[in-house]
Amino acid sequence: MSIAVRNLVKKYGEHAAINDITFDVRTGEILGFLGPNGAGKTTTMKIITCYMPPTAGSVEVDGLDIFERSLEVRRKIGYLPEMNPLYLDMNVREYLDYSARLHGMRAPEVRQRTKEMVDVCGLESVRRKDIGELSKGYRQRVGLAQAMIHDPEVLILDEPTSGLDPNQIVEIRNLIKELGRAKTVVLSTHILSEVQATCDRVLIINEGLIVADGTPDQLARDFHGADTLTVEFRTPALPLDDVAPKLKALAGITRITLLGHADGACRFEVHADRGTDVRETLFRTAVAEGWVVLEMHRRVTTLEEVFHKLTTAEQSTP
Amino acid sequence: MNSFSVANCGAIFRRELRSSFNSPVAYVVIVVFLAIIGWFFTSNLFLGNIASLRVVFELVPLVFLFFAPAVTMRLLAEEKKSGTFELLATKPVRDIEIVLGKFFAAWALLAAALAPTLLYLVTLGVLGSPDPGPVVTGYLGLLLMGGVYIAIGVLASSLTENQIIAFIIGFLIMLALFLADKVLIYAPEGFASTLEFLAIDYHFANIARGVIDSRNIIYFGSVLGFSLLLATASLERRKW
Repeated sequence: MSIAVRNLVKKYGEHAAINDITFDVRTGEILGFLGPNGAGKTTTMKIITCYMPPTAGSVEVDGLDIFERSLEVRRKIGYLPEMNPLYLDMNVREYLDYSARLHGMRAPEVRQRTKEMVDVCGLESVRRKDIGELSKGYRQRVGLAQAMIHDPEVLILDEPTSGLDPNQIVEIRNLIKELGRAKTVVLSTHILSEVQATCDRVLIINEGLIVADGTPDQLARDFHGADTLTVEFRTPALPLDDVAPKLKALAGITRITLLGHADGACRFEVHADRGTDVRETLFRTAVAEGWVVLEMHRRVTTLEEVFHKLTTAEQSTP
Repeated sequence: MNSFSVANCGAIFRRELRSSFNSPVAYVVIVVFLAIIGWFFTSNLFLGNIASLRVVFELVPLVFLFFAPAVTMRLLAEEKKSGTFELLATKPVRDIEIVLGKFFAAWALLAAALAPTLLYLVTLGVLGSPDPGPVVTGYLGLLLMGGVYIAIGVLASSLTENQIIAFIIGFLIMLALFLADKVLIYAPEGFASTLEFLAIDYHFANIARGVIDSRNIIYFGSVLGFSLLLATASLERRKW
């Protein structure tokens, strides 16, 4: 069950919420949709789920156009909208029953699926409670159960963990991982650790454009800028002013900044050329010069930094 | 290829009715309705010594004017406001099925409110022998008129997220149809008959008199159908 999104554009008046995005979601993949608020994540999801049409472009779910075969597409999709809207006056069992019936199930199947979802989503203890009385974590489980009631091949989850406490986030994340094993899942979030923990692939979207696409590790590698190291030497024999030029002369180092010095020790930030590991050079130089290496630390680019870079650089250019 | 699904309609209908009767709304509305009608019926009976359902048939259309928008205002407006509409619309359900399910649920509520007034009929049967013809057509007329009001209320509720606004829009349209034949003296010459044909009370009065004319049935059917179609189109506005 794949999703093919082609040249999708959605305009609200003059403002383009999404501006020509194209991507595929492969069968069985968990795709993380990452982006700042207002980047176009929710809009894209609303289009894929047939809630509203795009201004231009097309979406096919399992080869079915969302326009021409809307009902069939909707049958294949389980959707958890952004704020997880639920009928607060219904109890959990009634609500799941209702959702199942809207998917055209008959009584025996409705009963069986409802029971299964109650088990899988851990809703046994609250089965007869009104949804309005449930905690946020339980409501999110009900939202997931509702989305999964017809055993859909595609799950679209819009910020499934927003507003939950850290324990609940872990629970819901595990639930998604477990349920999503045999399904194609698209989930949006702005929590980066979530993507790293759950997704096979990440799409970073900003101001309606896709700015990055790849596995979490791949992105961290690709957008990994130059290495930045923090080093601290004790240089008893050398005046402080002479250390910096010596470092600067080394191959692969572009820039150094003195961070501070005290008691014959000095601290530098060393910027290396992209793709060069200068740790060994630094160490050998220190040994040759008779310096003592007190500290050497290399900062690795995290997805967080990739995200920050991609989503703020765009905005700074008007 | 995909045909209209009665099962979907039924699921929405049942949820809607259950939700009405799970909350105090349905009971409050029904009790108020019965209290008003009951007071007039019994005061006529005991004080005026008139054993007739005429007062019921005269008063109910007026009470429906408030009753119908009150029971329909939340139907779609609430779902749109709370966001549950998005969830409903992304299920394999057609917009027309949503509209019809909700329409029938509200109509059933209205019929449920009207049903206890049949007890008056029993009272009248004990006291005298009412002519069954006009009674049957009178109730039929009330149901049809109620159906038209409910359909207009559903339309009003589809137009906005705000229940109060839905109530006011619905009420104003119903009031216009209700008053159309009461302002005939102010209407210009050639316009009067058109205005009279638009008046819901005119058609109801015809039916309540015991005459079932196709013109009246067509009027009720077309206003009802047109309102529901507009409501469906209004839901589909999100796709424009």
